[in-house]
Amino acid sequence: MSTLEKTETKPIASCETKTQLSGSQAVLEALIHEGVETVFGYPGGAIMPIYDALYDYNEKLQHILVRHEQGGIHAAQGFARTSGKVGVAFATSGPGATNLVTGLADAMIDSNPIVCITGQVFASLLGTDAFQETDVINITTPVTKWNYQITDATEIPSVLAKAFYIARTGRPGPVLIDITKNAQLQLFDYEGYEKCDHIRSYRPKPIIRQEYIEQAAQVINEAKKPFVLFGQGIILGKAEEEFRQFIEKGGFPAATTVMGLSALETDHPQHVGMLGMHGNYAPNVMTNECDVLIAVGMRFDDRVTGRLDKYAKQAKVIHLDIDPAEIDKNIKSTVPVWGDCKDTLPQLTALINSNDHSSWLQEFRELEKEEIKEVIQDELNPTSDVMTMGEVIRVLNELTGGDAIIVTDVGQHQMVTCRYAKFNQSKSNVTSGGLGTMGFGLPAAIGAWYGDPTRDVVAIIGDGGIQMTIQELGTIMQFGAKVKILILNNEFLGMVRQWQQLFHDKRYSFVNITSPDFVAVAKGYYIDGQKISERKDLYSALKTMLDHDSAYLLEVMVGKENNVFPMVAQGTSVSEIRLK
Amino acid sequence: MEKQDYTITLYTENSIGMIGRISGIFSRRKINIESLNTSPSEVEGIHRFTIVIHESEEVSRKLCRQIEKQVEVLKAYYNTNDELIWQEQALYKVPADVIAEKAYVERLLRQYGASAVVIRHDYIVFETAGQREEIDRLTKELTKYGLIEFVRGARIAIIKNSAGFHAKLKQFEREEPAPDFVDNQFLDKNQQVFTM
Repeated sequence: MSTLEKTETKPIASCETKTQLSGSQAVLEALIHEGVETVFGYPGGAIMPIYDALYDYNEKLQHILVRHEQGGIHAAQGFARTSGKVGVAFATSGPGATNLVTGLADAMIDSNPIVCITGQVFASLLGTDAFQETDVINITTPVTKWNYQITDATEIPSVLAKAFYIARTGRPGPVLIDITKNAQLQLFDYEGYEKCDHIRSYRPKPIIRQEYIEQAAQVINEAKKPFVLFGQGIILGKAEEEFRQFIEKGGFPAATTVMGLSALETDHPQHVGMLGMHGNYAPNVMTNECDVLIAVGMRFDDRVTGRLDKYAKQAKVIHLDIDPAEIDKNIKSTVPVWGDCKDTLPQLTALINSNDHSSWLQEFRELEKEEIKEVIQDELNPTSDVMTMGEVIRVLNELTGGDAIIVTDVGQHQMVTCRYAKFNQSKSNVTSGGLGTMGFGLPAAIGAWYGDPTRDVVAIIGDGGIQMTIQELGTIMQFGAKVKILILNNEFLGMVRQWQQLFHDKRYSFVNITSPDFVAVAKGYYIDGQKISERKDLYSALKTMLDHDSAYLLEVMVGKENNVFPMVAQGTSVSEIRLK
Repeated sequence: MEKQDYTITLYTENSIGMIGRISGIFSRRKINIESLNTSPSEVEGIHRFTIVIHESEEVSRKLCRQIEKQVEVLKAYYNTNDELIWQEQALYKVPADVIAEKAYVERLLRQYGASAVVIRHDYIVFETAGQREEIDRLTKELTKYGLIEFVRGARIAIIKNSAGFHAKLKQFEREEPAPDFVDNQFLDKNQQVFTM
């Protein structure tokens, strides 16, 4: 079983003395200097020298042996999301490296700071179709923020310093460093580790131009119906407090994207819900009613905007983002505020008038009543016999009070959870937003727990997604991550089934998925659990799950053909959102 | 928006794999690269890419932003043909007897400013440099007279109103960081603020 006590991390070589180190040792030294304590990985031939060195670093670096490299990188992502630090994953060459690709793509689109280290065949064998050789650099180029192949150990300290700097700064993203086996084995004169804080061709943080701020403030101060949309940028920029002050001073209604969830507590009086395809009614409708749209750290994903040519055409758009490529990419901005929102928000707050848009906010609340009547009431307190996903989340909220880290997989359960889960604090929502990676949930939850082991971690997963990465139960078994696994089983690939019902004439094509006895599977991994299918057991079963002193699996049977509503159907406008 | 030739000029670090990294940004969006040239630039150690695409202004602008996101790219510019001095080079291998027998061909070559690079008893290699249309016209003409081989080089281009990259590079160095600009069409059009 793993130990979480922090051992003092003292680098074995100081800057003053010249020491001979192997490339592998230099890799681990780099991790320690970057404050890494936990690594998720899987060994193999081409990364064996690093694993050999790891044997001596057992005290300083906790290595979690996952059951599949995809699980390793998703765990690193979960870790990054709840800790706010860089997540690290190790994999070997060839299949080990290619198994990282889904996670890299996921981390790229969701801006997770990740450093992956892959082993590679000896430099002399590159390009010879050697055993377990793949061109991992070319394979991963489109799904990494940066990647680099090291063939000479002397490069290791500076390249890893760059890797961590690039991964965590600006708009964060995954970085992959491929190290040939000869470089891992090579002894060299180690001259210490120097952190990187500048790369001339890379500008993580723009210098803010005052006129952006002034223009934006002017537009905001003239607004009658301002509406704030916020995304993960707030969390990544650690700007939750700056954001709160901004919306409170301006009195703006604020709606979140899926990725922005938990940046502002759900109960905040100005929080008007979630945007997007399965978001709330009011924020979607009001997008086409507001006169100024203030987008903070979000990227106008197509699942948020619906049909672009009917999106907020009446509104002036102020877009705050750190990534200039996002500005005007999908939605033309009236004033682009290019910068880190940690810096731009306070400057903007200083220039905007204190305001109280209570009657405008009230309009949201009126629409919300409609949604409660048409959708939410029945979903959270159903009158039918079968349980709904929504009521499971409602009871979970009652038990956690909104303090838990909620990890979701992808599909109906994800949308229902994002809609109804309560969040009291930031970095509490871990989900695959941009890539929609089924199988993300379980390994991400393991990482999420290591990222913040003081909090409850509940992984809400569908009966489809759990089967994609169920092998990670083995990781839980071996290392004891206290993850509470809540399977919402509707005996279908529910989201696809919903689309087939609504848009394909109910032709249910291969969405009927059978499941193993999940409780028995968990038991096979020495993880306790139970399955319930009646409402009367729901509260106590969830309580048992949360109170359990180690990992636990609870399977809840829910309505087979329930749909997630409201819904902005593909190709329609946000204001055409359907309530049923 | 109307499509036309845009020449994208990039200043990058000279590192391995840059061509693949850059070309992937185009192919991902199913945009054909009409011409691609890499060379040293006016600044030592900084590489210059010249890429020609046939696309709209909006696509070209967004592409440049995506390219600039690459860690090793310093700056991306896009220009229309009239904002550039540009040239392409071409080599023609023509049967020697055609030149000897047909005065018209010789006149043609002279008219297009082609000069002989190699003269052999069986063929002559001519070289010419100019704009795409001229080269295409000459190629078409020579095809009639048994053109043996033809190759055209990638476009190289100088931006008319560029002051070069020496000054710009300073803004990227730690000592003299300078603000950069996000151009914004809406504001440009309404003449409120922000120009490049």
